[in-house]
Amino acid sequence: MREQIEVAAARYPDQRSAIMPALLIAQKEHGHLPGPVLEEVADILGVERIWVYELATFYTLFHTAPVGAFHLQLCDNVSCMLRGSEDLLAHLEAVLGIKKGGTTPDGLFTLSTVECLGACEMAPVMQVGDDYHGDLDIARIDALLERWREAAGQATAADLAAAALPGE
Amino acid sequence: MFEPVLLKNMDVPNGHLLATYEAGGGYQALAKALREHTPDEIIDLVKQSNLRGRGGAGFPTGTKWSFVPKQSRKPKYLCCNADEGEPGTFKDRIIMERDPHQLIEGMAISAYAIGAETAYVYIRGEYGLAIRRLEQAIAEALARGYLGKRILGSDFNFVVHIHCGAGAYICGEETAMLDSLEGKRAQPRLKPPFPAVEGLYASPTVINNVETLACVPHIVTRGPGWFRGIGPFKSPGPKLYCLSGQVRKPGLYELPMGIPLRELVENHAGGPPPGRKIKAVIPGGASAPLILERGLDVGMDFDSLAAAGSMLGSAGVIVIDDSTCMVKVATRIIEFFHHESCGKCTPCREGLNWVVKVLRRVEAGQGVPGDLEQLEALCKGIFGNTFCALGDGAAMGLKAALAHFEHEFVAHIEERRCPFH
Repeated sequence: MREQIEVAAARYPDQRSAIMPALLIAQKEHGHLPGPVLEEVADILGVERIWVYELATFYTLFHTAPVGAFHLQLCDNVSCMLRGSEDLLAHLEAVLGIKKGGTTPDGLFTLSTVECLGACEMAPVMQVGDDYHGDLDIARIDALLERWREAAGQATAADLAAAALPGE
Repeated sequence: MFEPVLLKNMDVPNGHLLATYEAGGGYQALAKALREHTPDEIIDLVKQSNLRGRGGAGFPTGTKWSFVPKQSRKPKYLCCNADEGEPGTFKDRIIMERDPHQLIEGMAISAYAIGAETAYVYIRGEYGLAIRRLEQAIAEALARGYLGKRILGSDFNFVVHIHCGAGAYICGEETAMLDSLEGKRAQPRLKPPFPAVEGLYASPTVINNVETLACVPHIVTRGPGWFRGIGPFKSPGPKLYCLSGQVRKPGLYELPMGIPLRELVENHAGGPPPGRKIKAVIPGGASAPLILERGLDVGMDFDSLAAAGSMLGSAGVIVIDDSTCMVKVATRIIEFFHHESCGKCTPCREGLNWVVKVLRRVEAGQGVPGDLEQLEALCKGIFGNTFCALGDGAAMGLKAALAHFEHEFVAHIEERRCPFH
């Protein structure tokens, strides 16, 4: 982690600018950003800890609490809403047995709604890991869930934490 | 038949690779700029083209560049605004995924014009594929000498870095983006000073949108007269339109600036789903006031839409059909702005919170007499009273929905339910 952060920091004349990239690197490694990780980031960059804390809590892509191995981020902004995202949310809540914002007891899935993902041509759309899944309907969502459950059965916990399973 | 320019590589296999880009004449504009033109001449070409910023504000690009003080001893920076967050907008993502070299070439020419040696692309952290493609393209361009030291034998040096955002709509506001790049919470700055004079690290900085920068190589190659000849004289050029919502063929369309909205929605995007009618269209992303069906003959350019009381914005065209409740649309849009308010200015932070509460109760059939007047008063309290345009966009959109669909709001309050459910 230190090495990657130092490479990123070399892109800026000011170490403070490297806090965001450093947090993205740290989150990729740890899955989320608990206090000790934030402090480690501050120490690597030699910046004030409060600067790191304030970014980790301001930007929505940073998670200070753990999230599931598969973080289902369903867009519910207007273009997706107009093409049925509400029904998809209700379906996901029903089949996963959790409300939005919740995580399944096995730690496999966290369900969130997010603001516009910038992929309205394939609305309704959902982001999981680095990948977008578009033109969603209930059948497609069920197929994706099945695929992720199967992948989870075969993968180790560490693989899942990386959550780098390809999408399309 | 309009010949696409910005999207010409979209469906070419491996369009994102340098070899493909070069085979289509890629980087010839950069070579021409460095060989035949001084930086000032490039600024003049862009001024003559009448290119206006594609991020939403429509400011003349060449004029923006000319504000950079030439004598400044500080380093100058170019920032590419790739923090595409305006709901209904996806054009920049598609350029970066499928033709990233077009952007890099545009950045190199623009940096040469303003005297910058370093650029940052501030890109949405969600855009995984675009980030990977852009990283690959930068590495290819560096290896081939289109970036780096003494580019193509000139004495122009230039590097491009990627800076990933982390999920904050406000970073699309250029001064908030600068604060974010400096490692702070993204909150807008008061202007002046303008970024061209005092921007990133208090140095002269130009911030341009992805699509704006992608236009630059074509202006250098084909000349400003060609660009100015497409669409309205004061607002010309090829334009990317993002069609989404309740249309048969959502997608990205490249057509001349100024094309009638009706032609875009009905001919190109196939109109509403079978059996439905168009009720309203948001022409320029969620910040843009909606336009009724009868107003669809308006031209899609900065000046025509402003005259019609709306705006071109990011050209995110969201189509709403007659099966949809406008109170629900308005509520969802205001919830978005409330969520994305950075919290700096009280009218936006507290005002939108209040607006959301009122809208949610109206939508749920629990509105009370006086709620609509309350919403009007809140819009008035927000509009014009904040550092940036986030609150303005929210207030303008809501005022338009209230003006055009008052009967739907009233029905929710009087019938104590949503008439669409």
